[in-house]
Amino acid sequence: MHLATYVGLLHGGEGTLADAYDMIRAGHAEEKEVARTCRLLAAQCREHVSMLAPIVERYGEHRETEPERLHADTLPSTRSGGVGLLRDLQDLLLLATLVDCTWTAVYQAAQALRDHDLIAAVSACQPETKVQLAWLTTQLKAAAPQALLVAK
Amino acid sequence: MTDRIADIWGERTPHTPQQPWPVRVDTMLDEGVGEAAVSWVPSVCVLCSNGCGCEIAVAGGRMVGIRGRAVDRVNHGRLGPKGLYGWQAANSPDRLTRPLIRRDGVLTESTWDEAMSLITDTSQHLLAESGPLSHGFYSTGQMFIEEYYTLGVIGKAGLGTPHMDGNTRLCTATAAAAFKENFGSDGQPGSYTDLDVTDAIFLYGHNMAETQTVLWARILDRLAAPNPPVLVCVDPRRSNVADAAEVHLPIRPGTNMALLNGLIQQLIELDAVDHDWVAAHTIGYDDLARTAAAYPLDKVADICGVPARDIRRAAEIFTTAPSVMSTVLQGVYQSNQATASACQVNNLHLLRGLIGRPGSGLLQMNGQPTAQNNRETGAGGDLPGFRNWDNPEHIEQLARLWNVDPLKIPHWAESTHAMQIFRYAEQGSIRLLWIVGTNPAVSMPDLARIRRILADERLFVIVQDCFPTETTELADVVLPAAMWGERTGTCTNVDRTVHLSDKAVDPPGQARSDLDIFCDYAQRMDLRDRDGNPLIGWHDPEGAFAAWRECTRGRPCDYTGISYEQLRAGGVQWPCNDAHPDGTERLYTDGVFPTAADECETYGHDLLTGAGVSPQQYALFDPAGRAMLKTAHYQPVDPSSGDYPLVLTTGRTVYHFHTRTKTGRARQLNDAAPGPWVEVNVDDATRLGLAEGDLALVETENGAVRLPVRVARGRPGTVFIPFHYGTWDDPDELPRAANELVDTVWDPVSKQPQFKLAAARITRLGPGAHPTPAPANTASAPAEPEPSLAAAARGPREGGA
Ligand code: SF4
Repeated sequence: MHLATYVGLLHGGEGTLADAYDMIRAGHAEEKEVARTCRLLAAQCREHVSMLAPIVERYGEHRETEPERLHADTLPSTRSGGVGLLRDLQDLLLLATLVDCTWTAVYQAAQALRDHDLIAAVSACQPETKVQLAWLTTQLKAAAPQALLVAK
Repeated sequence: MTDRIADIWGERTPHTPQQPWPVRVDTMLDEGVGEAAVSWVPSVCVLCSNGCGCEIAVAGGRMVGIRGRAVDRVNHGRLGPKGLYGWQAANSPDRLTRPLIRRDGVLTESTWDEAMSLITDTSQHLLAESGPLSHGFYSTGQMFIEEYYTLGVIGKAGLGTPHMDGNTRLCTATAAAAFKENFGSDGQPGSYTDLDVTDAIFLYGHNMAETQTVLWARILDRLAAPNPPVLVCVDPRRSNVADAAEVHLPIRPGTNMALLNGLIQQLIELDAVDHDWVAAHTIGYDDLARTAAAYPLDKVADICGVPARDIRRAAEIFTTAPSVMSTVLQGVYQSNQATASACQVNNLHLLRGLIGRPGSGLLQMNGQPTAQNNRETGAGGDLPGFRNWDNPEHIEQLARLWNVDPLKIPHWAESTHAMQIFRYAEQGSIRLLWIVGTNPAVSMPDLARIRRILADERLFVIVQDCFPTETTELADVVLPAAMWGERTGTCTNVDRTVHLSDKAVDPPGQARSDLDIFCDYAQRMDLRDRDGNPLIGWHDPEGAFAAWRECTRGRPCDYTGISYEQLRAGGVQWPCNDAHPDGTERLYTDGVFPTAADECETYGHDLLTGAGVSPQQYALFDPAGRAMLKTAHYQPVDPSSGDYPLVLTTGRTVYHFHTRTKTGRARQLNDAAPGPWVEVNVDDATRLGLAEGDLALVETENGAVRLPVRVARGRPGTVFIPFHYGTWDDPDELPRAANELVDTVWDPVSKQPQFKLAAARITRLGPGAHPTPAPANTASAPAEPEPSLAAAARGPREGGA
């Protein structure tokens, strides 16, 4: 059964995403709204991590059987300037998308398994991940023209 | 006339809900001028958002006085201190009368042709080099509709820049945002007349006694008669409103959202929800109830730092009063979770169906007199006529109206808000910033940063104003503008009342109206429509108003039925059209809201993060006329820390407006509050060794100011500084502007800066040279009225520096 692997992927992915938000917050402190919301979202991801903890415990994280590259990579560092912010937002979007579709996969399995605790965890967390995606997209859409056309 | 500095609200004219609010005409004329010698020109006071109808007295080509208009629905003849005395600023000798151009670092007089040529050359050059995203406009809440709309068309259809906003972002953005989130569109549901008959009034972060004195007089007249309304006041300061309230909740700054979630929880617990109405006219109840359940009374009392029984009493008043009015202002809009909190006030009304009926409704207030019009006309961060940037049909409508390519109109995202405009300027990607009728060098957060941005050589700064200000000092070009009374135009107050202000006198020197300046720019830039015709097809206020009317056709703010002639007889509330030729007193009387996907002004946002809702998502839950009960959890903030143990809030005082550009030049108003101060709670003062009149250093991580101390009645642990005072008339040249101290933080939905939540510390510098210049009859009143008592409260000074 690979569900345990996926629960582990989710657990690790939320943690990685939290770290990535923290990194963007620190690296773009002058972008006040981005920095402030990243702080909020990092906390939200860590909340997801702790909600998953008992489930991970129950299934066990079968990390040894992970197929290759089945984990979320941390961001290497932040970039500077308008285009740098745009790229960093894109990286966050990719990470958050990975987390989101992992929630979806886990939710499907949880239903087939009739695992009420896991279903409840997904119902509590995935809507917040979707809002994170929407927020990142909102920021990206607003920032792109200035960054790509006139930024110094 | 009595001394209306001392008697702020004037004589009482009590009335019951069954009687109309009596007329009381307030007049002020220059000394030696008789009523017989003057002619009267209809106008409206523009020194706060109340919009009191008035008439300007003219003799010998000069303004010589003012009186309230008895027939006007807003004020029934009354004027407050600012209205009565503020007009005198127009005659002040230091008006700007000639354009100025910075040459070798110094602002020097020039001609209009030189100044406008320099502007258009720079503008053309930048457009050629980097396109319209190099241009930003930062306007005001104090122009007229005609001027805003013209500016909006120039920016959005002529240049095509999304970087347009007003200082309304600082004062009223949250009111608009909350309406949009709950009701689908901007638009004040209630009417001032609701205050005449209501049973209860809740004032959230709204010191109405000082911010809209005539509206407060309206309530005082109810309080002085049988069957008065019950008042509930949420404000960390002990304001005149708090003094008159049955329940005063001086909550810890930043905790509005916890309190409001708690009130919703109470309302549900007390079984006061009108479930039939809610089912028929709203969506989102289950989510709202689930969130509110996490806010039981004791927890909320603990978070907010007020007794549980007082919150309970407030909830009982809200649930049992047959009719309720709620008003909201900067204590909510400029604090933590601004939009989310303002939405909860709307939600409370929706839960009982208390909207659109006499005595029941909302007044999400505005700060400035014409802020509403910036929101309506497209000069700022919204599209004209409350159109939705994300709705292609709405963009089509504008493109047809202006006869331009729809792609010319920036609509790929929401307009750039003021804080972001300054960020782009800071980064050097906005290179032309045109500032109209506002003074960001005093009114924006983190003034050191704002000064740095405006002084940066890469940025070409145009400032259009009536007086020299801290901001004109940093400009590359200064354009002298006509003031109120020197030009004709219309504006709309908080309760949708549209007024006409006629030109009474000529502007001084070469000063020109804002409309003339914008039209001149459009012509020199040769802005044209798709067929090669001039984009701005009007040259005078009435022509601009006619164009604006067309733009509003069929929209919630429909002006098509309003004419100048009609307005000369008194104010009219929009929508005013063929169906409602006399205007409309209340919105949503049928419980139908402009939330349908093809009608709404926005698809909305997540209240916690500001994440946008896409058109596709909105279509899935299309509320189709029902209001949206949006919610969020309280996000704790604890601004105070070890080094900065106090919380600083900023705000207004009754005698001044904005950055005192006008009120500081009216003798009586200036004398009443000539300089800034810092209010310290009496217990804190004792602990810190501060006495009334001492000079103190107030510091935050952003800066420091030196101010005289008023030992006052605010909540322990909080200090207050009025934000009006810059440096232009500062005799001591101490750093003294409140916004030196405020950090750049804004609400994720409305993007309104958070002025009321800074961590601060205060230390005594020594005895002051003068008595503290704070009014003693308002929220700034001393804790101990007797000077001897104040001296006795002084206590040991070891704690001070
Ligand atoms: S209440 Fe406002 S509009 Fe009315 S007179 Fe006073 S400042 Fe002017």
